[in-house]
Amino acid sequence: MPNSQDLSHKVAIVGASETAEVGNLPDRSMLQLHAEAALLALEDAGLTVDDVDGVATAGPTPAQLTEYLNIMPHWIDGTSVGGGSFLMHVGHAVAAIQAGYCNTVLVTHGESGRSQVGVGGRAPGPATIAGQFEAPYGVWGPPSMFSVPIVRHMHEYGTTEEQMAEIAVATRKWAELNPRAMMRDPITVDDVLNSRMIAWPLHLLNCCLVTDGGGALVLVGEDRANDFPKDPVWVLGRGETSAHTLISQMKDMTEWTAAVQTGKDAFEMAGMTHSDIQHAMFYDAFTHVPMYALEALGFVKPGEGGPYFAEGHTAPGGDFPMNTNGGGLSYTHTGMYGMFAIMESVTQLRGEAGERQLDDLHTSMVHAPAGMFSGTSTLILGNE
Amino acid sequence: MAYNKALPQATPETQEFWDGLKRHELRIQKCVDCDKFYFFPRPFCPLEGCSSSNVTWETVSGKGKLHTYVISHRGFGPWAEDTPYVIAVVELDEGPRMMTNIVNVEPEPENLPADMPVEIVYADVTDEVTLPHFQPAN
Repeated sequence: MPNSQDLSHKVAIVGASETAEVGNLPDRSMLQLHAEAALLALEDAGLTVDDVDGVATAGPTPAQLTEYLNIMPHWIDGTSVGGGSFLMHVGHAVAAIQAGYCNTVLVTHGESGRSQVGVGGRAPGPATIAGQFEAPYGVWGPPSMFSVPIVRHMHEYGTTEEQMAEIAVATRKWAELNPRAMMRDPITVDDVLNSRMIAWPLHLLNCCLVTDGGGALVLVGEDRANDFPKDPVWVLGRGETSAHTLISQMKDMTEWTAAVQTGKDAFEMAGMTHSDIQHAMFYDAFTHVPMYALEALGFVKPGEGGPYFAEGHTAPGGDFPMNTNGGGLSYTHTGMYGMFAIMESVTQLRGEAGERQLDDLHTSMVHAPAGMFSGTSTLILGNE
Repeated sequence: MAYNKALPQATPETQEFWDGLKRHELRIQKCVDCDKFYFFPRPFCPLEGCSSSNVTWETVSGKGKLHTYVISHRGFGPWAEDTPYVIAVVELDEGPRMMTNIVNVEPEPENLPADMPVEIVYADVTDEVTLPHFQPAN
């Protein structure tokens, strides 16, 4: 049996691009956002659609994408489990390329989350598990479900609304440095706490944006990794899992148990430990989500997440820069934001992050939920 | 006015849960091998490593504790007129947790401390469906 460490540093991201713009894009359908990002990522790698022999996507089916791009690849992955799907695609692509199923993998994301152009609906039917055991109680989307565990964290650990507001403030400071970010005006803890109540303890500014946009990646094996215009960004570690769908069935409301596992798997594959990670992209659908990630991935002890963010470690100038594009909270959040989290790690590891560029950066961890604290994926990327 | 919110539709595996509520009984399943209750219904034990089909339906107390919750200040469709309302997870005295609404209490955080004792309220929302709501225990 091969060891996961054998697959570390074997496959690299050699092409990466977001759509030319992100934000409010009513002139482009969901599928066109995929295609736009795909073509830009291929151009970034000096490739064309004809070079692609592996395709992974979430949202639309792989068939919808291959039809739209008019290609017939040798390997597909349609894992579509929410925002972290694209992290999983990267992990799957590593194995597929190493297995020889394909040589050049294209991973795409596009979502018309804000403008809702060319999108399908997806309400749970009344006989599904969610339709029977959560929908009848008036849940209406992630702000009313992903948020349910927070009170338990507050009760067990003394986590405060102010600490969670600090997460929004720190992330906004990064957005101020990103000219593409939707929300760039400075905010304070009071601004967060005084913003409109959504689902206590969530206020409006504890919640991510809803935008339009896309992104795509091109991956190849190590034999070709240095043959492209940009330096390779290596996939060093990955982890993924799937647990529950119902937030009410989360086993421990204070711990993102799925992330405990995916973090360990990613560290093991990369042969790394916490002190090796210089930069973090922890999916911030809501302010408490990166707090749960920080604890579950083992960067702080359970219950220490709130104070850690309040101390400014993750903000510009801090010793553990996180969500440096401005995050889902202030940069962009199309719906399945995971692609943008990967994209910022790639941008930083390539040294292309402009005013927000980190110095001497060689490693980055990307972490995203797929569903609400349920399916989960972790990546470790590096540039050496 | 007719009830116009989302209603559950039972499957063969969950029928007894919904039928029980209709009779104002909270019926959940217990694994005979593990001697533990579980939720949501399925014809095998989901507790770690078990998978036994040696399971029974039991009528339980309907008493528990408020485990965690949000107070929703937004509501879609017919829920809009109910805001703010409490979407909660209660932990039954028998162990399992389930989602519910907390009713008969002003929806303010100070009225809803974690671990507050709660008891079931059988909400006959239509002729066919009774939902398990909870209220602060007397």
